[in-house]
Amino acid sequence: MEKNNKVKKMMLILSKATLDNVYACFILANGARMEGIESEIFFTFFGLEAIQKSRLEHLHVATVGNPAMHIPSMLGGLPGMEAMATKMMKKKIEDLDIPPIDEFLEILTASGTKIWACKLAMDMFDLEEKDLIDDLDGVLTVGDFYGRAEGEGTHVVFI
Amino acid sequence: MATRAYAGTNVACNDEGYMTNLEEWTQQVGEEIAKEEEVEMTPKHWEVISFLQDQYRAEVPLTIRKIGKSGVTNIKEFYQLFPNGPLKKASRIAGIPKPVSCI
Repeated sequence: MEKNNKVKKMMLILSKATLDNVYACFILANGARMEGIESEIFFTFFGLEAIQKSRLEHLHVATVGNPAMHIPSMLGGLPGMEAMATKMMKKKIEDLDIPPIDEFLEILTASGTKIWACKLAMDMFDLEEKDLIDDLDGVLTVGDFYGRAEGEGTHVVFI
Repeated sequence: MATRAYAGTNVACNDEGYMTNLEEWTQQVGEEIAKEEEVEMTPKHWEVISFLQDQYRAEVPLTIRKIGKSGVTNIKEFYQLFPNGPLKKASRIAGIPKPVSCI
């Protein structure tokens, strides 16, 4: 019985492009592979920025509307605040030997994590496959994605 | 402290089967742990194992990123050499503690 409850596959949906959300998603995907669990990421809505060649190196943390930043929203909106918070977080991330986004994507694909882009979101943002990273495994509809989630021990997580 | 018998000797191991004293490790011991992990060892495998042991002796915490930059193997090959949880498996065969990093 216990064996049947094992996690076998993680299907992660990334819908946001703030640095903290992207890292949470990548660390979950990579952590799964390191445990011998399959993992796939479906990039949708703003999450697509994390696999857009021109954008992925410029992701930020959100300083407005994020109570856990402990910065009053009015100050968080001041010029330079996001850049400063982002710089601080990137420094911390580097100190912990967590790779930058571009290198992290290379690690994920080398580890066998599948990278999928959402078709509807691509149409919405006028994106073509050539705008996305070369390691992209393909463009999927929601139905295709659910189709890939079939099987015992699969979990779907929305970020 | 529990021990397990490998290659005719008793070696100290924790509950999860990771050796607790690298001094007790020999290639024969590694070979027998590899059998338990269902890994067929090749010279490439041993090269990686020896890299992991060097890192452990130098007190460098292991991450998948470090493996990628090791110059000994790359991440894709590492996953092929030690399928299903490569860093954990390789660490166990190398006689070093289970990696604690999430990345």
